[in-house]
Amino acid sequence: MKKMDHDVLKKAGIIWCTVLLCIQLLLSCSGSGGNTNEPDPDPEPTGPTALRWVKPAHFPDPVYDLGKNPLTIEGVLLGKFLFYDGILSRTNVIGCGTCHQQQSAFTHHGHELSHGVDDLLGIRNAPAVQNMAWNPSFFWDGNTHALDSVPLNAIQNKVELDETMDNILLKLRATPVKNSKVPVDYPKMFKAAYGTTEITSEKVRLALSQFMMTMVSANSKYDYFVSGDAAALNTDEKNGMALFKQKCASCHSGELFTDFSYRNNGLAPNKINDQGRFSITKNDNDRYKFKVPSLRNIGLTAPYMHDGRFVSLEQVLDHYSDNMQPSATLDEVFKLSNGKVGVSLTAAEKQSIILFLRALGDDQFIRNAELSDPGVGNAL
Amino acid sequence: MCSTGNGFILNIMKKLIYLPILLFLGSLLVIACHDDSDDIEDTGLAAGKGRMILAFDNVVGKEDLVLDNKTYLNSFGESLTISRFNYFISNINLLREDGKTYTIPQDSSYFRILESDPKSQIISLNKLPEGNYSGIEYIIGVDSLRSVSGIEKRGGALDPSGDMAGDGMYWAWNSGYIFLKLEGSSPQSDASNGKFYYHIGLFGGFNSPTVNNIKTVKIDFGTNKAVVRGDSVPELKLIADVEKVYNGAMPISFAKNPSIMTDPVLSAGVANNYKSMFSLGEIKQNSQVRK
Repeated sequence: MKKMDHDVLKKAGIIWCTVLLCIQLLLSCSGSGGNTNEPDPDPEPTGPTALRWVKPAHFPDPVYDLGKNPLTIEGVLLGKFLFYDGILSRTNVIGCGTCHQQQSAFTHHGHELSHGVDDLLGIRNAPAVQNMAWNPSFFWDGNTHALDSVPLNAIQNKVELDETMDNILLKLRATPVKNSKVPVDYPKMFKAAYGTTEITSEKVRLALSQFMMTMVSANSKYDYFVSGDAAALNTDEKNGMALFKQKCASCHSGELFTDFSYRNNGLAPNKINDQGRFSITKNDNDRYKFKVPSLRNIGLTAPYMHDGRFVSLEQVLDHYSDNMQPSATLDEVFKLSNGKVGVSLTAAEKQSIILFLRALGDDQFIRNAELSDPGVGNAL
Repeated sequence: MCSTGNGFILNIMKKLIYLPILLFLGSLLVIACHDDSDDIEDTGLAAGKGRMILAFDNVVGKEDLVLDNKTYLNSFGESLTISRFNYFISNINLLREDGKTYTIPQDSSYFRILESDPKSQIISLNKLPEGNYSGIEYIIGVDSLRSVSGIEKRGGALDPSGDMAGDGMYWAWNSGYIFLKLEGSSPQSDASNGKFYYHIGLFGGFNSPTVNNIKTVKIDFGTNKAVVRGDSVPELKLIADVEKVYNGAMPISFAKNPSIMTDPVLSAGVANNYKSMFSLGEIKQNSQVRK
């Protein structure tokens, strides 16, 4: 009796596997893979399909010039594969998505510092990849001004992806690679996105920008409130918002919750004496200044500050209220009338502000399947 | 549980639309049945009514482990403080002196031991067959089958949604669970914040191969026995020496390697180091420990 059941079930298992295999084959044919020796059953594509990018109504106009890189469904899809695929790294393991993970608003899931190729540690906390369309500059020290160049920074960094664009192009052209985790056919994907199988640095970077343009977070409870749903925030969160505007919004201003400036917020220099913006400008006035980060999804992006030194929002606000260090370049906004430095905040006010900050979390953004790893990534 | 007949399968065939779903369920049954038969080994024992307590005690050499506020040295003479020490214990087998083995049912055999949480360090093993136990065997980490099983088989200690900033012990589908996590600070660390991070895992990989760092520990109680009988509840003190993690066969320098996570050679080296970190402290008989 038992043996017969096992046989039947084994058969079921075999059939199931076959069905799965068929589904996988179908998927790989329609999506990325496909056997190039077989005649292609798909009709000849008529060119990429335009994708309309919609600016959230309450957001300012984007900084990125979409006219020069109009989004297409195929271009965004290609960008998504490139974003997650470890092929961008020397070890073929680390992708953008390794340190920019969706569930933590494209930051590195609790890591103070990130580990790139060969487990090497970076020197700063991985910033959130979100709302890139509005950023006039990138990274904690603003060393890059064009979104299209942002990936090069991580690619060439010895402790991040440690790869050259030339080598990436060679690797992409050599796909699909048999026996790889997911045999992505990049020449085919470039053909779909650009009408040609030619793979160039510019096309790689434009596709990555296209995908990053779709990484828009504008659906938090706060956004629903701003868009007219007065009940989207509760009383505590509204009180927190009022306090926030009074105490924090001089720097964390506007709908992006940053003025994109560089400021010294009174952190004690860390072990390597990271001086932030100064390393780029060599201007003494820029010592210890770091980019004011957006606070969207801030509840999901712990730990905080350029070196991830604070593990909680409570610690962050305690820093502002009690632990700030005076220095030559400390921002004027923190100099209090009583000669002390910081932001005057009571314990109750801090709790209230934290409630509001959590209301900047965007569940749709971190769950949106369009932004998820298509199966080529390595989250570590 | 396994009594699925031919008619059932034929019925499915007629309803092609449900085929993938039902066959998926069917294959789960195959796996489940397979599991069951695995549990019943030749020398295996059936469950009983006895109980045993495992009490994990983390030490550094001969001293009790103190988080954050105590400085230790590694074999390179580099000093360190430890801020986090977590590990998984799973797939526990109890070895009886008559040569028979009792395997703790797998669903009840995953434990996440956290130095920061004393409650996590006490494990109660229930429904044990009576007898004199002479040894224990377990995995440091999580077995590969469970690492790739569905989310419904991964509640409790195995919940993957833990916060990595806290005590989260999960990476992702292919890389799986972190088996052991040791973090701290060292003035010699090369990291920009002076810390070190050792996250050791890797079960062999789901869809692309990785190194396999699953380690099995076997501890022989020697002349000592843990007597499980009626009201007699033994408490086993199992000592884990953190020093073994960085001072083992492959000594770790905080200056040279402040971060070890997925490097196959280094992570395998650390796993080999810590596989011998456990030893038996003592066996207290009839201890009335909290459940």
